Amino acid sequence: MIRTERLCKYFQSNGSEVRAVDGLDLEVREGEVFGFLGPNGAGKTTTVRILACLIGITKGRAWVNNLEVGQVDLKIRAQVGILTESPGLYERLSARRNLEIFANLYDVGDVPGQVEKYLRLLGLWERRDAEAGAFSKGMKQKLSVARALLHEPPVLFLDEPTSALDPEAAKTVRDFIETLRGQGRTIFLCTHNLDEAERLCDRIAVFRQKLIAVDTPEALRRQLFGRQTVVHLARHDERFAAAVRGLTDVKHVDVVTSDDGGGKLVISLNDPAAQNPGIVQTLVGQGAQVQFVNELRHSLEDVYLSLMQNGAAPGGGAQ
Amino acid sequence: MKKIRTIIGKEWADMRRNKLVFYVVVLVPLLMTAIPVVMLAIMGHVGVSQNDMNELGRMLDNPLFVDMSPIEAMQSVMASNMLVLFLIMPLMVPVTIASYSIVGEKISRSLEPLLATPITTTQLLLGKAFAAAAPGVVMTWLSYAVFLVFAYFFSVSTRVFGIFIDPMWLIAMFVLVPLLTVMAVAVGIIVSSRTSDPRAAEQLGSLIILPLMVLYIGAMAGFIMLNSTTFWLSSLITLLLDLGLGYFGVVLFQRETILTRWK
Ligand SMILES: Nc1ncnc2c1ncn2[C@@H]1O[C@H](COP(=O)(O)OP(=O)(O)OP(=O)(O)O)[C@@H](O)[C@H]1O
Ligand SMILES: [Mg+2]
Repeated sequence: MIRTERLCKYFQSNGSEVRAVDGLDLEVREGEVFGFLGPNGAGKTTTVRILACLIGITKGRAWVNNLEVGQVDLKIRAQVGILTESPGLYERLSARRNLEIFANLYDVGDVPGQVEKYLRLLGLWERRDAEAGAFSKGMKQKLSVARALLHEPPVLFLDEPTSALDPEAAKTVRDFIETLRGQGRTIFLCTHNLDEAERLCDRIAVFRQKLIAVDTPEALRRQLFGRQTVVHLARHDERFAAAVRGLTDVKHVDVVTSDDGGGKLVISLNDPAAQNPGIVQTLVGQGAQVQFVNELRHSLEDVYLSLMQNGAAPGGGAQ
Repeated sequence: MKKIRTIIGKEWADMRRNKLVFYVVVLVPLLMTAIPVVMLAIMGHVGVSQNDMNELGRMLDNPLFVDMSPIEAMQSVMASNMLVLFLIMPLMVPVTIASYSIVGEKISRSLEPLLATPITTTQLLLGKAFAAAAPGVVMTWLSYAVFLVFAYFFSVSTRVFGIFIDPMWLIAMFVLVPLLTVMAVAVGIIVSSRTSDPRAAEQLGSLIILPLMVLYIGAMAGFIMLNSTTFWLSSLITLLLDLGLGYFGVVLFQRETILTRWK
């Protein structure tokens, strides 16, 4: 659906070369919500601009909807919707007028119908005749989301849709994106917000000039930290940890004791569903009082930070 | 075609709500029309001495003015030189509009979503150019009509009035004015796609008034004879300039540079 091959974009700035994107290989599948994560200056906006045929490619190739970028740009533009970093509305014109202009430019068949549909979907219908300039940030953002969807594009690029919004406005925009899932659209979402990425995205790419890692959030976690079970014991004794270490297929056991004499065993293993019952049985057999058994879930933030520290592309520092 | 129309409609809706641009479009032509009208009124009432006639000098060589009484000649010469102002008008109005139309989009960051739509550069620029040119042409014609109404009352004779609707002025208004407007718009678009400050764009763009000032001063000093040939010739030169500038306007409008160049 979206594919890039050794994609590069270099800018000349004051005589020196800035490598905004440097050898990106990417494959986004049809109908998935794809999270594109990276620090400031990683080249996310640059990548989106290339894929939306707004700026040229320095080296490499890219395809959107099986059309090659740089070859049939008008066709590609007609099939993608884009939410740019800043809303860029015509502030002196009404919300409705803003959308009508874009509906016409996108060759929408039923302009009033589509405009009404999206104004209603985003809760802006009541304010349709107000000047866009008088809108709050959140409303402006919603209006530009509507603008990106008028022509029902199969591919949608969202560049940081919720940054700069207060938590409530961010939530409404996020909820709306969630409703877009499962409508068959491919959504390419740039974000800094890791919870948002986790909630919305089927797969996540961590990126800085080039691809660092890409997978489902769950798989990324497993890849980095393996799987871990945490067993809470009412009373800690070194015997318990030793017994668990003695079991087959247990890779590692950490012990965390607390002041009241209780303790936690953090057990790294391959297959918690199959191994946990045996572990509990062993512990109980040793006389341990098991309080809770959980899976330890690392936050996406841990994953991200760990990738940024260990997997950073050599030479590609963020400004 | 629909896309060009959409751009035009958008530009006009935006223009109506932009006070600064609106005032320039409406007020500048009105003020500029007042100058020749007042000139005409004054000239009709002051006595003309032989001394004044001598000062007009070479200008009276124009075959249009032979056989005229001193006061008729005086009025005709002064007023028709003032009519050159009507050629400056179509330069000022569109330059202002065109400058704001691209720099304004850069500032409000609306250019990026606009360029993301399936519109070609030519369509975008044609829409913007027409949106900027039409008000300039219409306002000039309107001002000319207003001037003619006053001229009808203030002219000392029908012969004087006849000068103002002489074929040379009709050529100027209906051939040269549209061509000049297109030139102004092209310059405005070129300049404003290269800068991010609307005032700078406007001021730079205004420099194209200079060649016309040459015509104006030349006419006042009597070096250039205002007649149909002069205006046909000016029209031809302007047409060639239009074609050249129009081509460069599209070539120089590099989407990427305009979008990503940092302030
Ligand atoms: N026109 C340009 N000229 C020079 N350098 C540029 C240009 N556009 C982008 N860059 C540089 O390219 C790099 C990537 O920028 P980009 O805007 O794509 O990052 P980003 O990942 O979107 O960052 P953010 O999270 O801050 O939005 C940055 O170092 C930026 O300074
Ligand atoms: Mg960005």
